[in-house]
Amino acid sequence: MDLKALVFSFFNLEIAWEYLPDILKGMVVTIELGIVVALTGLFVGMILAVLRALQIKTLNFFIICFADIMRALPPLVVIMMLFFAFPYIQISMSAFTATWLSLSLVLAAFVEEICWAGIVSVPKGQSEAARSTGLNWLQSMLYVVLPQAVRLTVAPLTNRVIAITKSTALGSVVGLSEVLNNSQSAMSNSGNATPLMLGAIGCLVIFIPVVLLGRWTETRFRWKQ
Amino acid sequence: MQSPILKITGLHKSFGDNEVLKGIDLNVTKGQLVFMIGPSGSGKSTLLRCCNRLEEPSAGSILVDDEDITARGANLNRIRQNIGMVFQHFNLYRHMSVLDNVTLALRKVQKLPKDQAHARGLEALKRVGLLDKATAYPDQLSGGQQQRVGIARSLALRPKVVLFDEPTSALDPELVGDVLKVMRELKEDGMTMVVVSHEMGFARAAADHVVFMDAGQIVEQGPPSQIFGAPTHPRTQAFLARMSEHTA
Repeated sequence: MDLKALVFSFFNLEIAWEYLPDILKGMVVTIELGIVVALTGLFVGMILAVLRALQIKTLNFFIICFADIMRALPPLVVIMMLFFAFPYIQISMSAFTATWLSLSLVLAAFVEEICWAGIVSVPKGQSEAARSTGLNWLQSMLYVVLPQAVRLTVAPLTNRVIAITKSTALGSVVGLSEVLNNSQSAMSNSGNATPLMLGAIGCLVIFIPVVLLGRWTETRFRWKQ
Repeated sequence: MQSPILKITGLHKSFGDNEVLKGIDLNVTKGQLVFMIGPSGSGKSTLLRCCNRLEEPSAGSILVDDEDITARGANLNRIRQNIGMVFQHFNLYRHMSVLDNVTLALRKVQKLPKDQAHARGLEALKRVGLLDKATAYPDQLSGGQQQRVGIARSLALRPKVVLFDEPTSALDPELVGDVLKVMRELKEDGMTMVVVSHEMGFARAAADHVVFMDAGQIVEQGPPSQIFGAPTHPRTQAFLARMSEHTA
């Protein structure tokens, strides 16, 4: 056992100190990206699920196609398409935008399916009761059906949000300076694995609160009994 | 005679090829308690649900207080506030307190300020004897209490008529009495009610008018003494005989 060598290569304080600013910058990018992806994906996904509840055949066809394709495609491919292929059709975007857009679309597809399942599992009598007291379709959706659908789906929703925010690391393939990319470059530059450990710690610092937040929302949304 | 508050004329309803209502004519005058009985599948619930257009009638007209609710361009969301509906399975909003259940439409549809909506909601809860449950959630209540909240929810809108769709069928037998008591008090207050139910004892005691339906048609109607005492149609006789076998 050579603990000294292990410490030197993986937990080297000198190198850690040198590359800390890079890792921190990467963390900021990861956090920003994670937040905008989660917000956009949840928002778009919910809107799609509500639109699907309108039961307009042609519209539903497109929503279902979108959801199925985006759930099946590897997010990595979507990111690379947007970043490398779209410039040929005169649509160029930054690495951040490409990653944000791709991950948001993928998240939206999953959120749409999860929310749709939630909406369907709210008993029909709930919206009938709401409509019978004069609420219109949108009001009964907003005040009666969706709040219950969301409660039924918090667990799968939070799981999905955690999974997708973790895939922000995929941005590294288009050169996005997020935490993992920065620690990998630092690792190559320094010839030492310490920055990677720093990056791992950075990920824990970012994602453990997200996981805890997920747990908290799940308990928060339990039915009052 | 005063004009009926609910006037159903030539009502037909089909689900695909299946004709569930085959020309129903029925008048309900103000303050009347009309009881609808009949075998399951006879179209009672569908008829009730057509009366606030939870089901879309295929033909015929329904007038509520002289307003045609089946007319094209009728403002359903306004009309429905005049027609309360109480459901077999209560259909309370699980994520809201009892008071919020009762006041949702007051706040969101009638746009009453919060304090006014609360006052109206509490008044409705008082009428069903559940003032102390205002802050409880539906899952914390017994079935009978939930159904009384359901009644309060429709009363809060001050409807002209309340439709009851098998209000006690989902309840444990010992909880039925509380709900029937509330309905009887409503009747004494002059509320117009149309009730689909199998509570024959209650029909005998409280109904003004009993309608027997079978296979999408009104077979026989009249005061309870006549329908229960001396039914003239063989199908009514057969149905009532079957019902009394069960309760005996």
